[in-house]
Amino acid sequence: MDIKKFDSRFQVLEIARIVKENSVTKTFVFNYSLGAKPGQFVMLWIPGVDEKPMSVAFDDGKEFWITVCKVGPASEALHKMKVGDKVGVRGPLGTCYKFSKGEHIAVVAGGYGAAPMYFAAYEATRKGCDVEFLLGARNKELLSYTHKILGLDNINLHISTDDGSAGFKGFVTEILRKVLKEKKIDKVFTCGPERMMLAVGEIAEKADVDCFMSMEKYMKCGIGVCGQCAIDDTGDLVCRKGPVMKFDYLKKLPELGKYHRDAQGKKHYY
Amino acid sequence: MVNLSVEFCGVKFENPSVLASGILGVTASSLKNVVRNGAGGVTTKSIWLEEHPGHKNPTMLGTDKWFLNAVGLSDAGAAKAVEETFPEYNKNKKAPIIANIVETSAERFAKLTEQIDKCEPDIIELNLGCPNVEDAHGKPFACVAADAATVVKACRDRTGRPLVVKLTPNVANIASVAEACAKAGADGFCAINTLYGMAINIDLRRPVLANKSGGLSGPGIKPSAVKAVYDIYRATGLPIIGTGGIMTGEDAIEIMMAGARLVGMGTMVYYRGAEGFGKVVKEMVEWCDKNGVKSLEEIIGCAQEA
Repeated sequence: MDIKKFDSRFQVLEIARIVKENSVTKTFVFNYSLGAKPGQFVMLWIPGVDEKPMSVAFDDGKEFWITVCKVGPASEALHKMKVGDKVGVRGPLGTCYKFSKGEHIAVVAGGYGAAPMYFAAYEATRKGCDVEFLLGARNKELLSYTHKILGLDNINLHISTDDGSAGFKGFVTEILRKVLKEKKIDKVFTCGPERMMLAVGEIAEKADVDCFMSMEKYMKCGIGVCGQCAIDDTGDLVCRKGPVMKFDYLKKLPELGKYHRDAQGKKHYY
Repeated sequence: MVNLSVEFCGVKFENPSVLASGILGVTASSLKNVVRNGAGGVTTKSIWLEEHPGHKNPTMLGTDKWFLNAVGLSDAGAAKAVEETFPEYNKNKKAPIIANIVETSAERFAKLTEQIDKCEPDIIELNLGCPNVEDAHGKPFACVAADAATVVKACRDRTGRPLVVKLTPNVANIASVAEACAKAGADGFCAINTLYGMAINIDLRRPVLANKSGGLSGPGIKPSAVKAVYDIYRATGLPIIGTGGIMTGEDAIEIMMAGARLVGMGTMVYYRGAEGFGKVVKEMVEWCDKNGVKSLEEIIGCAQEA
């Protein structure tokens, strides 16, 4: 047996730095490398509270980050933690975004999808890709990562807000239509609300461009056992076959953009 | 070449590998995927009468030698099984399905049996021995022979389908519990449920599982499972789904030699994925062919005579 491969116990790490991204989002930095690739996730254990899947926002071989929006009890508890506090981590888990040198990639981030998309853009630009970064949020206050994105080479940042308080007024998908028309794009990566990603996938498909997206489904174990993140109707597990999956595959599923399941496996329509 | 098909309580299985309850059993799509990957049958995650929340995370962790879980039997309740899981699974059904059910009293078990019977499962499995719901509902029924028998009797009156009792190894004498269940009308057994276990993170100085203690499974528990199956077979002679630590085709052959007629696998999925079912079946075929075994009837319980 491969001892390391089958060890899903938690590694305990101290929070090294905390960066406030906006009113609801913080980045937690750990002086440790998971060797994670863009799109992968970790299971993060907040002792005494809960354990949740979290996208890796950055990993450069020296440190890794997770960027967390306050959405429920677990993320609220994490937001209250301080530098030096300990959490448990297992991972990196799941599939990642792939690119080759010289490709022109459009990444489309909705809300807190900005963090994992930043990691993809960081790696892609370092490997010699050009990146169009499309960043959408409800309003200016909910934008995050803009300064970090602007710090990358070979990148064009396109911002949209629903209320027009920053950048283009409207949905980020409208910018994507324009970018795909004006530039030769090889791949589209997207992370955000599922219905936004569905729209992104459809737009990319019309332009005949491959699209990959970060699926978010309720996960319990993250290690391929509980079956909680099985998708209809293939039964594939998002924690194993995903979270990064190709739109060509996802578009055939009856559930994409339509419903998700809760901790008890009950369907909830979007 | 060996014919791996077996009959269990009158139900025909193409091969003896069966998905154990609690793994990949949340949706019909997931169960069907397991069948596509080679399983001879599947077992649902434990179904309750009503929605049941289960425990907070962490609920699972493991190493190459063992696996620990305390999911706490989260479930959407019988309504989902009746309206979604079974109708979906029964469309183009490719392998038998075992409905695993759990409740807190004999009366509720009986009521649930009646509801699940209408879903047309091939077999109903009573989960009388989950270690993870003990605090909330008292000791598992299968810890006391008379209590287990009371539940079996109550359910027996509500269904004509094969009734299998899943037993816990966390008792002084599993065979005597099985005997009491057999007298109360059980048609077969599934053994074993998980053993008691706990893991403490030494850096944090606290148990890892949110429920603190959990159920131990994985490669290390196979000898416990083999021994339990051996004893139950000897005591009752009834068909048994042997489960606990089965990872390979040779493991499956071993527990069948102890007396198992079907072989349940759950934690195997952690190590080999859903694809593991096909691999285990292939390994069984290879072993049987190499050893001149034409039918699994030749090996079921054969170690009892040694």
